[in-house]
Amino acid sequence: MTERHFYDVVVIGAGGAGLRAAIEAHESGARTAVVCKSLLGKAHTVMAEGGIAASMGNVYPEDNWKVHFRDTMRGGKMLNHWRMAQLHAQEAPDRVRELEDWGALFDRTPAGLISQRDFGGHRFARLAHVGDRTGLELIRTLQQRVVQLGIDVFMECTVTKLLTDDTGITGAFGYRRQDGEFLSWQAPSVVLATGGIGKSYVVTSNSWEYTGDGHSLALQAGATLVNMEFVQFHPTGMVWPISVKGILITESVRGEGGVLKNSDGKRFMFDYIPPYFASETADTEEEADRWYDDHTNNRRPPELLPRDEVARAINSEVKAGRGSPHGGVFLDIASRRSAADIMKRLPSMYHQFKELAEVDITKEPMEVGPTCHYVMGGVEVDPDTAAARIRGLYAAGEVAGGMHGSNRLGGNSLSDLLVFGRRAGGSAAEYAKGKSGGGRLSDEVLAEAEEHALAPFSRRGGENPYTVHRDLQETMNELVGIIRTAPEVQQALDKIEALKVRATALSVEGERPYNPGWHLSLDLPNMLRVSECIARAALEREESRGGHTRDDFPTPTAEWGGLNLICSEQDGSIALTRQALPQMPDDLAELFEEKKQ
Amino acid sequence: MTYDGKLRVWRGDETGGELRDYTVQVNEGEVVLDVIHRLQATQAGDLAVRWNCKAGKCGSCSAEINGKPRLMCLTRMGTFAEDEVVTITPMRTFPVIRDLVTDVSYNYEKAAALPGFEPRPRDADGQHRMQQIDVERSQEFRKCIECFLCQDVCHVVRDHEDNKKVYAGPRFLMRLAELDMHPLDTFDRRKVAQDNMGLGMCNITKCCSEVCPEGIHITDNALIPMKERVVDRKYDPLTWLGAKIGRRPHP
Repeated sequence: MTERHFYDVVVIGAGGAGLRAAIEAHESGARTAVVCKSLLGKAHTVMAEGGIAASMGNVYPEDNWKVHFRDTMRGGKMLNHWRMAQLHAQEAPDRVRELEDWGALFDRTPAGLISQRDFGGHRFARLAHVGDRTGLELIRTLQQRVVQLGIDVFMECTVTKLLTDDTGITGAFGYRRQDGEFLSWQAPSVVLATGGIGKSYVVTSNSWEYTGDGHSLALQAGATLVNMEFVQFHPTGMVWPISVKGILITESVRGEGGVLKNSDGKRFMFDYIPPYFASETADTEEEADRWYDDHTNNRRPPELLPRDEVARAINSEVKAGRGSPHGGVFLDIASRRSAADIMKRLPSMYHQFKELAEVDITKEPMEVGPTCHYVMGGVEVDPDTAAARIRGLYAAGEVAGGMHGSNRLGGNSLSDLLVFGRRAGGSAAEYAKGKSGGGRLSDEVLAEAEEHALAPFSRRGGENPYTVHRDLQETMNELVGIIRTAPEVQQALDKIEALKVRATALSVEGERPYNPGWHLSLDLPNMLRVSECIARAALEREESRGGHTRDDFPTPTAEWGGLNLICSEQDGSIALTRQALPQMPDDLAELFEEKKQ
Repeated sequence: MTYDGKLRVWRGDETGGELRDYTVQVNEGEVVLDVIHRLQATQAGDLAVRWNCKAGKCGSCSAEINGKPRLMCLTRMGTFAEDEVVTITPMRTFPVIRDLVTDVSYNYEKAAALPGFEPRPRDADGQHRMQQIDVERSQEFRKCIECFLCQDVCHVVRDHEDNKKVYAGPRFLMRLAELDMHPLDTFDRRKVAQDNMGLGMCNITKCCSEVCPEGIHITDNALIPMKERVVDRKYDPLTWLGAKIGRRPHP
């Protein structure tokens, strides 16, 4: 029998967005629960290293939200939802400051204010940070706040189904890993804060949790996804040893002065400055090096172009035979900064390379290559309320789409979590007022959800979920990766169809308590559904923009620049529609004209 | 470069279990967690193991490797001889759920029982001002990834289940020290540390510091200074006098 719980707001996911949403919902008076797949404090947010982008102006007083807004839109190649980018830029400084009220300890400026560091695509140094472990600081601060407020947390529970009736959301259903028993949370409001989809790729910086659950749950409940073709490959993942391939190396290495070199020892990024960013990018090493101390009179080094540009450049260098021994390029901070500075500013990176690769980054360059890092696409939401297209459903953080357009700037993720986490939690609490989540959830609905979840146990002799998962990862990596072509994406879609069939015939060994094989068999349909959305949208969008590069359509087009691609699920299959981009109001549009010159 | 590694893994649940031997392929540069994952994918699909980041940042994959509390993701197979049997068991201090997964709720209960952060108000312009040198002391403790290896190794609770009721363990005593040294915090936790969290039971053997994957000097920088602060309070003659005449709470 399913264990029953009753709340006003149920938040799925306990990363930055989920915890911030829960705090806001709780403080708005809603009975709030957080449901998360891992233990509290382990969510993928802990992996974020560089910082939280917010135009606080502590280092460059000339910084303000308009500059941040402009950087964000240009970084996303203007496909961002303008209103989300605006709210994000306007509210991020307050969201950072309130973390201090909850105990966060950021690095300081000499004046005692929150220090801010440089990052790719940001005109001014604006990332509030703690060494290179900012994500840990963010999650711990929010976690401790949640505990202090006494918010209920259901740890190690996975939601497998959103419950709906004709009024909208009525709750969520899932299982507890520890004993394999089922639970339902009846609630009029559900906030999705489930993060991303990286586990559909072999080479990824993402953890096992990133199986696209929220994207998939939303689709099945009748909501829509926007621009799923845009997947960010972070330019600098580890490439060696093979077992750590994909693990992230923070962009702060470049923000702190690190440069990319090919096997000839050349700083190759100067060869890859696109016209779009030429006016704001240094074209000589001398100017680039002067910039670290003087942003006003010098332009940014090309190593700090937006991530999509740098990832493509690395990919090209390796393809041209100028790569490092293990198929990456060199990221060199050792020859550029003192060992003491490196240890002080990049302690986790030092530790990570020492422990995992036996490389001392104060003495040797790192070998790096692109790794699947972030999905810009996600649940289509109303910018102000974070509401999805089904009543009672909200989404914030990576699972939501629109904010980052076709490419996210580094540092904009942590601020996104806070800004839209808070908005989602507040709206969810407001919507829940006076509602109960419909009538009592029927026993039949719960029994059906249980039966569905238990199916892999009843099948015998079927395939092992790990094999199907591996095949999906290789398919996505090879055929819908950083550079795409129509025949390859079509081939991926054919393979996904075959994998879907295999996934319906899986069987798992063992019993229900803490059985990872069973858990994976339930995550797989989510990964398959989301992978299909990515591939379908990637095939449809016949241009290259941000995190979507088509070898057969190598440039952006004006027509596609005005179009979003929307995925929905109808009768169990994915439907794709084109939708006009929301029109930016004139006062914001002027920000882009002025600076063109 | 590739060889057949010999693993001995504890399999079982709260009702009991056993060490089971497995032979699993090991590739160059791999860590214990990689090999455990390969075992799971090829021979033992239901092998229970916690993990998240696989980069030493989340503190999920804690276990005991050849009897030593360690993170599986940061233990390289290269540190063992190829013919050596590598034994992997769950953390001993916590009840087993299944295989390598333990019930760590003790830690979450202690976290919830601890008086939280109580900041002073912001400055008039809405900012908090702190100097780097002042934040660094607490920042060291905030590097903690909550792997609970220090809790696992601490002999106050490792073989003394009863002590769990009255002893918070190094991780949470360090959290008290962190708040105590936090430039903005206003709440005095010295009495709580001594009376409710069992600070006095720690006899500074430094086992916690030795197993910390983050290299935090838990004993030297957090627990000993906190003990000194508690002693200052307890034996401060003014505090004693204040308590006698009813002006201050008892030390």
